Amino acid sequence: MMDLLLALKIALRALAVNKMRSFLTMLGIIIGIGAVIVMIAIGSGASQVIADQIASMGSNLLLVVPGSALSGGLRSGAGTVPTLTYDDVKAIRNECPSVERVAPTVRGSAQVVYGNMNWSTVIQGNTPEMLDVREWTVAEGRGLSAHDVDGALKNCLLGASVAEVLFGSESPVGKIVRIKQVPFTVVGVLERKGQSPRGEDQDDVVFVPITTAQRKILGSPFPNTVGALLIQAKSEEVLSQAEEEVTALLDQRHRIGPSRDRDFILRNLTEILAVSQQSAQVMSLLLGAVASISLVVGGIGIMNIMLVSVTERTREIGIRMAIGAKQRNILLQFLTEAVLLTLFGGIIGMLLGMAGSYVVAKLFEWPTLISHQAILVAFAFSAVVGVFFGFYPARTAARLNPIDALRYE
Amino acid sequence: MEAAESLNSAGTVPVVSLTRVSKVFVMGEERVEALKGITLEVAGGDFLAIMGSSGSGKSTCMHILGCLDTPSGGEYRLEGVSVEGMSRNQLAEVRNKKLGFVFQGFNLLTRTSALENVELPLIYAGVGAQERRQKALDALAMVGLAQRAGHYSNQLSGGQQQRVAIARALANDPALILADEPTGNLDSKTSEEIMAIFEQLHLKGITIIMVTHEADVAAHARRVVIFKDGRIVDDRRRDQGGWAPMVRP
Repeated sequence: MMDLLLALKIALRALAVNKMRSFLTMLGIIIGIGAVIVMIAIGSGASQVIADQIASMGSNLLLVVPGSALSGGLRSGAGTVPTLTYDDVKAIRNECPSVERVAPTVRGSAQVVYGNMNWSTVIQGNTPEMLDVREWTVAEGRGLSAHDVDGALKNCLLGASVAEVLFGSESPVGKIVRIKQVPFTVVGVLERKGQSPRGEDQDDVVFVPITTAQRKILGSPFPNTVGALLIQAKSEEVLSQAEEEVTALLDQRHRIGPSRDRDFILRNLTEILAVSQQSAQVMSLLLGAVASISLVVGGIGIMNIMLVSVTERTREIGIRMAIGAKQRNILLQFLTEAVLLTLFGGIIGMLLGMAGSYVVAKLFEWPTLISHQAILVAFAFSAVVGVFFGFYPARTAARLNPIDALRYE
Repeated sequence: MEAAESLNSAGTVPVVSLTRVSKVFVMGEERVEALKGITLEVAGGDFLAIMGSSGSGKSTCMHILGCLDTPSGGEYRLEGVSVEGMSRNQLAEVRNKKLGFVFQGFNLLTRTSALENVELPLIYAGVGAQERRQKALDALAMVGLAQRAGHYSNQLSGGQQQRVAIARALANDPALILADEPTGNLDSKTSEEIMAIFEQLHLKGITIIMVTHEADVAAHARRVVIFKDGRIVDDRRRDQGGWAPMVRP
C-alpha cells in the first residue's frame, strides 16, 4: 500500500514535469476512448429506438393476413382476397389455449372532415380488443365498446395526430366528424404512440367499429370477412406455441392440404423486430470494435513514450536502485505512470465522448444513448491498456543493472 | 555464530571484510580479471582512501563493497554477514539499510527538493512520514544545510549538492559510507569543505571508504590503500609520525 502511494506520488510528479508530452501521449487514449463512447452511444441509441418501437407496438404479437389467391392461373398479391372470417376469430378465441386476445381489423383510407378542416388518414375498423392488444390507452373520452361493434354505431376514436390537425387545442370528444360524408361522433382520443418500426406515424389513424367500417365506409364485397388478425399470445414463452396452434387451426378450418395452398400468412411481429434490434446491436458492437482499434494504437503510443522515458531516466533509476529501491519499486513506479496516463486519458476521453454523443444527437438528429456500462467498460479498458502497454517498459526499467544505470549519460 | 568467526585480532567485528575477492568480466571472447584476490579488512570508525590509476580495479572493488555487484570468487562480509548468494532485492535492502553512497556527479534527483532527496532512502526503507522528515532534517543539519531543505537540487551549488548527497547517504544511519571521487567535480576550495565534512563524520565514528586519485584528498583519510592491476600494492596507516605500512594478514 505504502509502495503504491509512493509510486503514485512519483508518477504524478513525473507526468507533471513533462506536461506537454504527457498530454500528447494521452491524446491517443483520449481519442480512442472518446471514439468508443460515441460509437457505442450511436449504436445503442439506434437499438433503443427499435426497442421503444417494439414496446409501442404491443408485445407478443402475431399478425395473420390473407394469403395470395390463384384464380384462372393468375396469382394475385397477398391480402387481395379476404380469406379470414369472423368465424376464424371465434375459433381462435375458443380453441387456441396460448392465445390471450384476437383483434380482427380492416383498413382503408378516407378523408375525415371537421368544420372547414379535412385530413386524409387511415381508417381502421376495430373491436374493443385492439387497444389491449396494442397496449394503447385512451387519452381523453373512452375507447370503442362491444356495443359500438354489435350495433355498427357511428362512433370513432381519433389518433393523436388526427385530433391535432382537425381540432387543434379544442377537445374533440362529443364532436361530429364526417368520414366519407358519413357523420361520426368522436368518443375518444388515443394516447400518442409515436413512430412505428417502419417509420410511419402511428397516431395518424381513426378507429371505428369494424362493423361500421365494413358497412358504411370501406364496403366489402365479401361480408363476414376481416382484413387481418392481430393475435396476442398469453406470454413470451408461449408465443411460438400460439403460432403453431393458430396455424394448425386455420389450416384445418381452411382445409389446407397438399392440393391446396395456404391462403393466409402468419407473421411473428415481435420476432421480426427482435431481428432488427439484433442487427442494431451488432452494428453498435462493430462500431465499438473499430473504435477500440484506435485505443490499441493509443496504447502503443504510451508504450513508446514510456520506453523513451525509461531510457531518459536511466540515471534516475540507477540512483534509486543504489539508494535501495527494489525491482518491485521501480516496476510499480513506471507501471503507475503508464496507468495514470491512460486513466487520465480515459477520463478526458469519456467526457469528450459524452460531449461528442450530444453533438451527434443534436447535429444529425441521431438518437444517442450513453450507457453506464459503456463508460465503465471504457474506463476499465483504458486501465487495462495502461497495464498491458506499460508493463514492458516498466519491466525494462526494473531489470536495469544498477551499475550500468548509474554510469548512463 | 557467523559474526563470531570473523572477529579480528582486536576482538571486534570489522565493518568490511574482503577475503581473496576476485571479479572476472567476460566480454565476448575476452576475459578480464578486474580483481585478483583482494583481501581487506576495514574496522568500524575507520576512514579509508582507495587510490589507484584507472583500470586498477578500484571502481570494481567499490561496486562490490557497495553491493551493486557481487564477487566472482572469495567472500565479502559486511558487518560479519556474507552477501554471497543474495538476490537483487536482498542486495537492494542491504544498500538501503547499511550503505550510504556519495558519487562524483552528486546524483541527486532533479526537480526535487534537498529534503526529498535526503528522504529517498528512508522512503524505500518504509519509514513513516513524520520520522522520515525529522531524520532527513537532522542529516541535512549535520552537513550544515538545514536552511536549504526546501531548495531544489538545481538551485544549489555543486558543493551544496554534494553535501545534500552526503546527507542522503547519512539518512538511514548506515554502517558504511562509500564515496566515489566525491570531490572530482568540485574546485579545490569546495573540495576542502567537503573533505572537512568527511573528517567530521569520521570524528563522530562513522566508517568511510573513499575512492580518489588525488593524493591531497586521500591525505584526509586515516588509511590509504593503493590498487594496481587488480591487486593491493600498498596499505598504509597514518600515525603521529607519518604513514606507516599496515601489517597485512
